[in-house]
Amino acid sequence: MKPKILPLGDSALLIQFGNEINLETNQRVHALDALLRAEAIMGITEAVPAYTTLLIHYDPLELTYENLSKWVNTEMDRVESSASRKPHLIEVPVRYGGTSGPDLEWAAAYHKLSIPKVVHLHTDLTYTVYMMGFTPGFPYMGKLHTSLVTPRLDSPRTLVRAGSVAIAAEQTGIYPIDSPGGWRLIGWTPLRLFEPSSNAPFLFAPGDEVRFINEGIDV
Amino acid sequence: MFEVIEVSGIATIQDLGRSGWRRFGVPLSGPMDAFAFQAANLLVGNPVNTATLEIGGGEIELQTNQDCVIATAGAGYSLSVYTWEFPLWDSCLARAGWTVRLKKGGSTGGGMWAYLAVAGGFDVLPILNSRSTYLRGHFGGIEGRLLQAGDPLRVGTVKLPLADLSGRTLIEDARPTYVESPSIEVIPGPQVKSFTDESIDTFLSSLYRVSATSDRMGYRLEGAALSHSRDVDLISEGMTIGSIQVPADGQPIVMMADCGTTGGYPNIASVIRTDFSLLAQCRPGKDSVRFRATTIEAAQEKYRTMMEKMKNGIIDS
Repeated sequence: MKPKILPLGDSALLIQFGNEINLETNQRVHALDALLRAEAIMGITEAVPAYTTLLIHYDPLELTYENLSKWVNTEMDRVESSASRKPHLIEVPVRYGGTSGPDLEWAAAYHKLSIPKVVHLHTDLTYTVYMMGFTPGFPYMGKLHTSLVTPRLDSPRTLVRAGSVAIAAEQTGIYPIDSPGGWRLIGWTPLRLFEPSSNAPFLFAPGDEVRFINEGIDV
Repeated sequence: MFEVIEVSGIATIQDLGRSGWRRFGVPLSGPMDAFAFQAANLLVGNPVNTATLEIGGGEIELQTNQDCVIATAGAGYSLSVYTWEFPLWDSCLARAGWTVRLKKGGSTGGGMWAYLAVAGGFDVLPILNSRSTYLRGHFGGIEGRLLQAGDPLRVGTVKLPLADLSGRTLIEDARPTYVESPSIEVIPGPQVKSFTDESIDTFLSSLYRVSATSDRMGYRLEGAALSHSRDVDLISEGMTIGSIQVPADGQPIVMMADCGTTGGYPNIASVIRTDFSLLAQCRPGKDSVRFRATTIEAAQEKYRTMMEKMKNGIIDS
């Protein structure tokens, strides 16, 4: 699909690359995002990559919608031909099951798999951080192995502990701060995803690759 | 330094927000009424992105232990300094030992938010390059929370003589026209086709009340329900302040200063920058709004004119 450029109000421009979640579409989002960041255009304040879209926030005192959309159109042709960059890989140690992952047993029963099999399927793939959102530092990663596609909780928990590793639909994620949450919790990592006062406040960035390392399973 | 003597309502420290971190899921935050916020800073000679005090839905009394110049802007409030009453949109001197009080009730009738700027700004610790308070995230401003009695608020360095900064005003013609039931201009959103034609007409012709459950994250609107013509679940994508999302129940929600960075409900339209201040100043549970469509070219031109008028509208009173 040819990308579509649309206004989101008078200070943001949305670029739609597709209408389904897949790695190829998401890589095009991250490629254009990387190009924009490298060029540091006056008036663009920031960009937010998501599954199939890139949202560019800009200052209308410095850039008009017309000029920015023309410029994005030209850049898009360059993205299509640019070589894909090498993503940053992060390894995440996880304690699975027990109090670390209270929904692991349920997930295994739901999929009619053994608990070790569920853990194996979760640690077997390298995931991409398609986007970040929900709370500061929350990575939306995918896609899960097709045998692990799991529905959300009917009613979200009011408190999910920071570091909880979770699955929902085709995605996996990690809760960076204590917050409510409706995803199924299968494990816990001691890694800190968000340190507000640090020079590098976030463990992940959109476009990164992630592997989970099994540090043991509790029952 | 100021000390908070008494405070109620939603009182926080805000600058223009945490730009650059939305890609990591950190909300922008910043002022609800960005126009009044910037005007207050200009009145005391600050750069527009300086940290000020924002208050809504309550009152605050402060005491200063140093001579300083302050200015207030916004709607729904009046200012008293020592024994005198001052209008909003003026700068004035506050001597060491004096109390400064922002009280509810302004000249315009309605109004929700006011800003107190001090020459030199409120010097709180920046988190992720911003002094804005993000209440849900518990960071920024004073420990990421609402101001409390006893909080010390340090004042930054002032470069100009205080006498040059006090006694200034923003001319009335340059101020927003705050009213209790404003007509708000919007630009149709990326998912406008997810709504039935009747719903778009309804949205652009009905009166919507700002719900009492509204806050710094979002203003929930109550009125004629809007129907989707297709699936309401959208693949999550970036959203921004002013975006109007419509969940399955058909009642629109306008994204405000602390809104999330991404969302998954269809966007019917977005409020333009100039009119966002008018909407923000509507009182939750009391005031109503109407929407009408405009073009992006007209919106951006209107915004440039408004900001130009603000910069040129500050005079010695």
